[in-house]
Parts: sequence; C-alpha cells; structure tokens
Amino acid sequence: MDRVPVLKIGDILLVSIQIDMEDQVALQLQEDLAEKIVATGCHGVIIDISALDIVDSFVGRTLATIASVSKVLDADTVVVGMRPAVAITLVELGLSLPGIRTALNVELGMELLAKARAELDWEAGDSGDDEDEPAVTAP
Amino acid sequence: MTTRDGVAAAERIEVTSDQDVVRVRQLVRATAVAVKLSLVDQTKVVTAASELARNTLVYGGGGSVEVLRVENGRRAGVKIVFADQGPGIPDLDLALTDGYTTGGGLGLGLSGARRLVDEFEIDTEAGRGTTISVTKWCR
Repeated sequence: MDRVPVLKIGDILLVSIQIDMEDQVALQLQEDLAEKIVATGCHGVIIDISALDIVDSFVGRTLATIASVSKVLDADTVVVGMRPAVAITLVELGLSLPGIRTALNVELGMELLAKARAELDWEAGDSGDDEDEPAVTAP
Repeated sequence: MTTRDGVAAAERIEVTSDQDVVRVRQLVRATAVAVKLSLVDQTKVVTAASELARNTLVYGGGGSVEVLRVENGRRAGVKIVFADQGPGIPDLDLALTDGYTTGGGLGLGLSGARRLVDEFEIDTEAGRGTTISVTKWCR
C-alpha cells in the first residue's frame, strides 16, 4: 500500500498528496499525522491537494477529521491548492467542508498558520478560546 | 473494442477492493477525456463514479462497473453502470436524502452523485441487488 509522506518544516507538518489515494491510504494518513503531531509538537499542518483531480465525500470527510483531530492536539490545519473544478464539484456534491481552513497555496497557508499562532501567543493567558482566530472559509 | 484514441468503447471492472475504486476513477477519467468533456464535467463525473463505486463495494458487497462511450445525435457522453447483488435499497426515497446514511458516512454519496450527472437511473429491490446507471453529456 502507498503511503503519503509527512514532512516537518520548522513548526509545521507538510503533506503533499501526489497520488490517487485508496480509502485505506487516506485513513493511514489520518493516523500518521496524529502521531507525528504528538511526536514533534508541531502547531500547524498544511495539506497540499493541488495534485488531486477529485475530492470525493470520503476524502472530504477525512480532511475534516484530520482538521478536528489536529485541533484537539493543539495544531491548526490548512488545506491548500484546491483546483477550481474540484471546488465547484465539492460544493455541488453537498460538501462545503465547514470547519476546514483553506488557502490558495502552500506559501499563503504558512502565512495563515503563522498569523493564527502569533495571535494565539499574544492572547495567551486569556483562556484557550480560539474562536477569535481569523476565519478563512472554503471557497 | 478500441477506438482510435486508444480508449475502449466499453470496459468493465470488477469491484472487490479499494484499489478497484481507484481503477474505476482512472477509467472514467480517461473515457471522459476521450469524449472531450470539459474539465469541470470530467471532475464531476469522476467524483460521482467514485461515490457510486464505493457504494457498490461497501453496501453492495462488491460488484461490477461498466464504463461506456455513448452518443446521442450530436452529443457524446460517458455512461457508467454500477451493478451489485447485495441487499438492495429498501427505501429509495430515504436513501436519496442528503445526510441519510446506514454506513457511517456523510450520506452524500447517492444524493450528491445524482446532482453531479445529467441522467441517473436506479433499479433496486430489497434482497435483489442494485443497478445504478448514470450519464454525463458533453455541453
């Protein structure tokens, strides 16, 4: 079975999905990421899906689960690089990925994570309420 | 039978594993490109096929998927037939409702797939299996 590599860059874990994933591969990625977040203490996850020519409900749900699990483990997730045709199809399918932050590319995703983290640090002590973070919603 | 562009006019894949769902996606993509569907329509039909092939596997206990190139006067299109000998769908209206699921998914597969294609036919009866046929036409 193929495996999607997870790279650590500073405080961020970067995942670039380059293959047409079987469902099992997506589930494996979910597990690998959770373990890697805990092992490295990284506070951000970037998932690059620019090579994916479709995102169906299974992959969409997996991305949402990854974002929720990361959040519980004190890491923010940004999905980057979604193709326009994929965005149109996802919305028509009925999946608008609520709760998933997106950015157009890896660079903007890193900026978004850095900003979110800086604000969190600034507000530190002011309870762990993350609701004030800049919200960027799916297209 | 193979046409000039090397993509068969009709091809059948037995779906018994996750890997076969990936093969269905790839075959539908190749056929959609061969009949010159637009990029967005390719993405929609491949996504619909992915949802329905997964249903054939998960709910139907496996089955077959046939991908055909079709023509209707001046328009070309892709037709895909998903057939399984599984338990069938006892309440079709309910199964076609957004968010309804018996399998722990998002409940968007069947209803979402229907929105992504131009023609959608379903033949099912409790205990007699399910056959779903979908078509996407060039605009």
